[in-house]
Amino acid sequence: MAKLDLKGVTKSFGDNMVCRGIDLSVDEGEMVCLIGASGSGKSTLLRCINLLEPIDDGCILLDGVDISEPGLDPQPIRARIGIVFQSFNLFPHMTAAENVMLAPRRVLGKSRDALEGPVKTLFERFDLGQRMHHYPDQLSGGQQQRVAIIRALAMAPEIMLFDEITSALDPELVGEVLDVLRQLRSEGMTMILATHEMAFARELADKVCFLDAGRILEEGPPDTLFADPKEPRTRAFLKRVL
Amino acid sequence: MTDQTRSQSGSAPALTRRQAYEQRLRRRSITIAAGSTLAVVLAVVLLVPLSRGWDAVKRSFFNGEVFAKTFPGLLDAFLMNVAIFLWCAPIIAVLGLLIALFRDVRSPALYPLRLFGAIYTDVFRGLPVILVIYLIGFGVPGLGLPRPWNSPYIWGSLALILVYAAYVAEVIRSGIDSIHHSQRAAAASLGLSDGDTMRYVVLPQAIRNVAPANMNLFIALQKDVALLSFIGPVEVFRQAGVYKSLLANFTPYVGAAVIFLALTIPATRYADYLMHKQRRRQS
Repeated sequence: MAKLDLKGVTKSFGDNMVCRGIDLSVDEGEMVCLIGASGSGKSTLLRCINLLEPIDDGCILLDGVDISEPGLDPQPIRARIGIVFQSFNLFPHMTAAENVMLAPRRVLGKSRDALEGPVKTLFERFDLGQRMHHYPDQLSGGQQQRVAIIRALAMAPEIMLFDEITSALDPELVGEVLDVLRQLRSEGMTMILATHEMAFARELADKVCFLDAGRILEEGPPDTLFADPKEPRTRAFLKRVL
Repeated sequence: MTDQTRSQSGSAPALTRRQAYEQRLRRRSITIAAGSTLAVVLAVVLLVPLSRGWDAVKRSFFNGEVFAKTFPGLLDAFLMNVAIFLWCAPIIAVLGLLIALFRDVRSPALYPLRLFGAIYTDVFRGLPVILVIYLIGFGVPGLGLPRPWNSPYIWGSLALILVYAAYVAEVIRSGIDSIHHSQRAAAASLGLSDGDTMRYVVLPQAIRNVAPANMNLFIALQKDVALLSFIGPVEVFRQAGVYKSLLANFTPYVGAAVIFLALTIPATRYADYLMHKQRRRQS
């Protein structure tokens, strides 16, 4: 059974239909990259999986259980699915460590003392041990994004979603964030990335999906999709970005 | 080129041509500003005393003897203003925050709170403060309440609290609205409840953002405490009125004005400084 299964997911904002029936299945430990032009529905799809946006039709199965069922309490599900945003969205009035500890304290009911050790380990694992007690505006973009990743990881999520997390970074800072993703990949985290980093997708993804106008037009292992795209639109897109 | 500039400007810290130009510009504008200020002050100092009524005005508004005699009494009375302010301010802060939160509730069961919040702020921001003070300050004791409960101090303070809480609520609400929705999304994505999101993520930022605006409101409150004098409490404005009648001289009002300014000017300056600092941080 797939870890996550999307079946015919549709989502509109007013008259604008952003997802037009998306089927996608992600296995445990798999890394799936969503590629496509801006406005093709990548971000919206990720926000729907995290239940930040309710879907209009179709269903989303997590471990075979429909989490898109209307009326279901979204909070416990969101706690199982981490998401990292393009614009970091750290809480500016809290230090990096407080950002990371807030949700485990309030949602999982852990005490500050119990969290101190594990959180420190997390920061050190991603080479930010020295920055734990800095405020977001004292950190570089790359460091802020890594803190945002740590914040999501602190909830011990089963799946991580990454929404173009390197798009707002200066080019020289992209590498350090991609390194974190490499590390997570090697640890077997199940991940879905919306990304413009084609080289990275090609290097690490198990599966690449090309989204166009709210549909998955073509999907497959990166070697096949990048080297030999079937659809003319995929070919045109790849030609533009590669 | 550089050598030439150095030798021209002579000694120690060598200025570039642009720096020298800007320094000249700065000096010139300072000179002009000083000159025009001096001209205006001179005109006031020389021309006002030439007016026909000046002697009379001086006697009844700027009488040093009366000032010295009444000022200590006025200071004493001002303690009442401070006391009224001090017991009103925390209640206003709490009530304002509550009303602001009422207006943000999403659950349909709590819709009456939301409606109440909206009506409350509309009503109390829509009325002159003095009118609310009259209505509550004369109206409620008129119910025939027993001794300590008919005090104008209680009901006058309540009037101030009701009016100012409405303004504070609106300011806090604008602060809540100013927090980008991505902050709420980030909190929700971590599994935080709406209440926790408000308490730990939105409110701390919102309140910090509107601190200067709220400070201005509390400065206005400090002044409006004087309005309570119309329903009884003897505070500095009322005390000045008593002295005026006693001595047939308006100088006590000037004394009261001096006391207010001594408090409000530093406070407004500080609020402006905070606002300025914040704008710089945000840009």
